Amino acid sequence: MKTPNKSRDLTLTTAAVGLLLVFLWWANGHLDNYKIQVLNLIAINSILALSLNLIYGFTGMFSLGHAGFMAIGAYVSSLLILPPVQKEMIYILQPLIWPFSVLQAPFFIAVLAGGFAAALLGLIIAIPVLRLGGDYLGIATLGFAEIIRVVFTNLTPITNGALGLKGIPNYANIWWNYGWCLLTLFFLIRLINSNFGNVLKAIRDDEVAARAMGINTFKYRVVSFSIGAFFAGIGGALMASLITTIDPKMFSFLLTFNVLMIVVAGGLGSLTGSIIGSAVITVLLEWLRFVENPIDIGSFHLDGIPGMRMVIFSLLLILIILFRREGIMGMREFSWDSLINRFSRGGEAR
Amino acid sequence: MSANPPVLETREVTIRFGGLTAVSNFNISVPKGSIVGLIGPNGAGKTTCFNIITGFYKPTQGDVFLEGKRITGLPPHKVCEEGIARTFQNIRLFYNETVLQNVMIGGFVRQKSHWWMPPLLIPSCTREERELRDRAMALLDSVGLGKLAGEISSSLPYGAQRRLEIARALATKPKFLLLDEPAAGMNPQESQELMDFIKRIRTDFDLTILLIEHDMKVVMGVCEHIWVLDYGILIAEGNPEQIRTNPKVIEAYLGEEATQNA
Ligand SMILES: Nc1ncnc2c1ncn2[C@@H]1O[C@H](COP(=O)(O)OP(=O)(O)OP(=O)(O)O)[C@@H](O)[C@H]1O
Ligand SMILES: [Mg+2]
Repeated sequence: MKTPNKSRDLTLTTAAVGLLLVFLWWANGHLDNYKIQVLNLIAINSILALSLNLIYGFTGMFSLGHAGFMAIGAYVSSLLILPPVQKEMIYILQPLIWPFSVLQAPFFIAVLAGGFAAALLGLIIAIPVLRLGGDYLGIATLGFAEIIRVVFTNLTPITNGALGLKGIPNYANIWWNYGWCLLTLFFLIRLINSNFGNVLKAIRDDEVAARAMGINTFKYRVVSFSIGAFFAGIGGALMASLITTIDPKMFSFLLTFNVLMIVVAGGLGSLTGSIIGSAVITVLLEWLRFVENPIDIGSFHLDGIPGMRMVIFSLLLILIILFRREGIMGMREFSWDSLINRFSRGGEAR
Repeated sequence: MSANPPVLETREVTIRFGGLTAVSNFNISVPKGSIVGLIGPNGAGKTTCFNIITGFYKPTQGDVFLEGKRITGLPPHKVCEEGIARTFQNIRLFYNETVLQNVMIGGFVRQKSHWWMPPLLIPSCTREERELRDRAMALLDSVGLGKLAGEISSSLPYGAQRRLEIARALATKPKFLLLDEPAAGMNPQESQELMDFIKRIRTDFDLTILLIEHDMKVVMGVCEHIWVLDYGILIAEGNPEQIRTNPKVIEAYLGEEATQNA
C-alpha cells in the first residue's frame, strides 16, 4: 500500500478549488444569464445529489422524500428573506400570520434555518419508520413528501397556499451556490472518510454484522437520514432564491426523481460520482429541452411533446440499471494519486 | 469445574419458535481464561444459543450473565459494548470495505468521538482516529493480515476471511469471544494453524473463548471443556476424553450418521 501524500494532496486540492473560483469569476463576467443559470443548477443539484447519496448510496436507505425536504428548506428560507412589505403584497388570500410576517434573517442564516427545519422533519419521520426496520422507508418517505405538498397547499396563512411565494430575493448567486456546494462536499468528504463513514457503509453492507460489532444501527441510520435531510433543505433554500418563485406544485415527485437519477447515474456510494452526475445530467436536461420544442426537419414538422424529456430520462435510468448498475464511478472516489498514476502510466505508454 | 470465576453463565435458558423448542434448559458456566466448545449434530441449536447470548434472540425463559451482570434481552450492540464479540457460521464481512476498514469498524464501539466531529476538524477526534487506525494495523499484523490491509475484503481467500472476521471481533476489545464453526471449509493444515491461532489470541488478548465446531480434531485439540447439545438439550459435558467416550454422545452422532446414510 502506498502512503498517501497528504501535503501534496492539500496543495493540489487548494489549487483545484482556486482554479474553480477563477473559472466561476470568469464565467460570471463573460457567460450569458442562461449559461450562468445552468452553472448554478449544477451546484444546487450537486448538493441535493450528495445528500441523497449519503442516505441511499452510503447508508443503504432507499428514500424518496427529497422533494419534501427541499420544500421545507425553500419555504423556511424564503419566508426569512422576503421583505415584510413584499410579504404583505403577495399574501392576498389570507394575510401571513405573526411571527412569520415580521421575521427576517440574513441569507446565510435563512438557508441554514431551512436546512435545520428539514433535518428536524427528517428526524421526526425517520424515528418511527426506521424503528420498524426501514423496509418501508421508500413508501413512507414518498408519502411524507406528498403530505408536505398537500399541507403546504392548504396552510394558506403561512405558505400562501397554491399561489406560492413570488419575488423571493435573488441572493443565490454563483458564489453562494458554489460556496454551499463546496461546504457540503467538504462536510461529507470528512464524514465519509472518518470511521463514522465506515460505520455507515457497514450498516449498508451487513446490518446484522454491524450490530454484532456494537453499532447502534438504528441510531446511526437516523443520524445519516437527518444529515441528508439537512442538506436537501439547504438545496431547496438555494433553489428558491435562485428561481425566485416557489409553489407547492414545484415540489412533486419529479424533483426527487431528478435527484435520484443523478445519484444512480453518478454512482451509489461515490461523492465524486454525484458531482460528475450533477454536471452531466443538469446539462443534458437543459440540452434536451429541444425535444420539447417544435422541430422542423426540411419540410417535415414535428410538434413539441411536453414531458418528452422525462420520457427520455426514464429510459436512460432503465438503461443505466440494465447495463451499468454501478453508474459512472461505481463506489470509487476521485483521488490525486489515481489521477497522477493514470497520467504517468499514459506518459510511459507513449 | 475450575477455581476461576465464570465469565459467562446461562441459567435455564429456553427458546421457543412457535411450537418448536429450539433450546431448552441450557445451563453453562464458562470459567475465565478458558477455551470451551459447544458441539452437537446439525440443527441441535448451537447457533441459536450464540444468538441468545449475543442478544439477537430474546430467550423465552432464563437468563444470561456476563461476569455476574445480567445481560438477558440487551440488544446486540449493547451486548458487544459489555464485552462479547462473535463471528458467524457463514462469514459476514463488510465486503465492499477494505481489510483495514473492517477492523476499524470493529473498533468503533470503543471510540469516544462523535459523528459530527470529523467534519469540524476537532483535533481530539483526528488524534483518536489516527490511534484507532494504528491499533487496527497492529492487530492486522498480529494476525498475519498486515500486508492485505488495503485490499477489499471480498477479494481475500477463504481462510484469510475467517481470520479477518476474528480480527474484527477482537477490535471490539471483548472479554468473551464466540466463534461459530471457525474451521468450516478449511483443510487439515489450515485447521491446525487455526488451532494455534485460537490458543495464541486467548493469551495475547486475555480472552475467554467459546466455539462451535464440527471438526472433532479441532474441538478435541483446543477445548478444555465441552458441552454437547442434541435437539436443544444438553446431553453431556466434560473434558475431551470424557466426551469422546460418552455413550450418549456417540449415540447422538451415530444416530445422525445413521440417518444420513439411510
Ligand atoms: N429464527 C428462527 N425461527 C424459527 N426456527 C429457528 C430460528 N432459528 C433457528 N431455528 C431452528 O432452531 C433449530 C436449531 O438451529 P441452529 O441453527 O441453532 O442449529 P445448529 O446447531 O447451529 O446447526 P448447524 O450445525 O447446522 O449450524 C433448527 O431447527 C432451526 O430451524
Ligand atoms: Mg449453526
